[in-house]
Amino acid sequence: MAHIELNNDLPGIRGLMAYRPELAEPLNALAETLLRDDNNTLTRGERELIGTYVSYLNDCFFCQNVHGAMAGHYLECDIQQIDAVKQDFRSAELTDKMKALLAIAYSVQKGGKQVTEEQIAEAREHGATDTEIHDTVLIAAAFCMFNRYVDGLGTWAPQDRQFYINRAPQRALEGYQSSVFK
Amino acid sequence: MPHINLPQEFPGIRSLFMFRPETAAPLNALVQTMLHNPHPTLSAGERELIATYVSRLNVCKYCCNIHGAIAQHHLDNNAELVRQVLANPETAPISDKLKALLKIAAKVQSGGKKVTEGDVAFARAEGATDIEIHDTVLIAAAFCMYNRYVDGLATWQPDDAALYDKMGEQRAREGYLTAPFKVNRTEEVSSGG
Repeated sequence: MAHIELNNDLPGIRGLMAYRPELAEPLNALAETLLRDDNNTLTRGERELIGTYVSYLNDCFFCQNVHGAMAGHYLECDIQQIDAVKQDFRSAELTDKMKALLAIAYSVQKGGKQVTEEQIAEAREHGATDTEIHDTVLIAAAFCMFNRYVDGLGTWAPQDRQFYINRAPQRALEGYQSSVFK
Repeated sequence: MPHINLPQEFPGIRSLFMFRPETAAPLNALVQTMLHNPHPTLSAGERELIATYVSRLNVCKYCCNIHGAIAQHHLDNNAELVRQVLANPETAPISDKLKALLKIAAKVQSGGKKVTEGDVAFARAEGATDIEIHDTVLIAAAFCMYNRYVDGLATWQPDDAALYDKMGEQRAREGYLTAPFKVNRTEEVSSGG
């Protein structure tokens, strides 16, 4: 049960967003721009993977399953493959650029100052642009917010992981600014 | 030096907003709604104190200084109050309710799951409403984002207290959506600031 009375039974961040629509609007706009805007050289799947990995590091069940399912949908792989990336991205079948960006995301999750010049140099060596590095840092930072928001208010999350997989195609189609639960 | 090529005339998050206006728009709309727009019960000064305190816990110099300056300008220009809250909220001259909310904010800073039912019950006993608890958690969570964003890209974070005061006065008065002023860095360097 959530720490406050939300007056709805929606799971995770959706219950919070229905409770406080004024704040839901910029939060959804941020997710939409960061994760879904097509004017980006990182694919939607790559960006969702960064969000999933940070949510895993923050141990946020709802976010890592929502975004893990989204990443699986875009990257056309199953949830076991996404789980493997979360547990050990270095051994996963990813580009060297993505591995370098996930290493930056890992540092951001610990704290902004943990990002090193060497990590940035490595990402650049593998072809990452300034905008890609920027977006990686901001996605990782944003999930440090979303995860804390969802868990800090004790929201509930469906435990059946298939729930998230089933909803991913519709979310991919409609984006973050509509509610798939309405 | 910043990790990426950012405009030099703007400090902290403002340089990132100039670099990437597409993401600046929702980030700015969020901070405006959370901290500046009218709130049913929490004053802008109280909300800025929560943001400043979390930024201090995250050791983000730019965010702590700028939001401390904005808080000060919302709170009758009382710099001593801001200093006392940052030093120790428990002994600062603020309401017991705000002390309880700052405790929740500190828990959020160390991780969402750290917030306990006991923390929430304690805040309620001190008079906090559900919306106040909600907004405290979101403000604290959002500053765990803004702080990481500003430090994660190694933005320029000046030491000049007068500059933060001037920027803070502007934001307290105008909110977050107006254009920032440029900082002449040649002047800053030559004056040893």
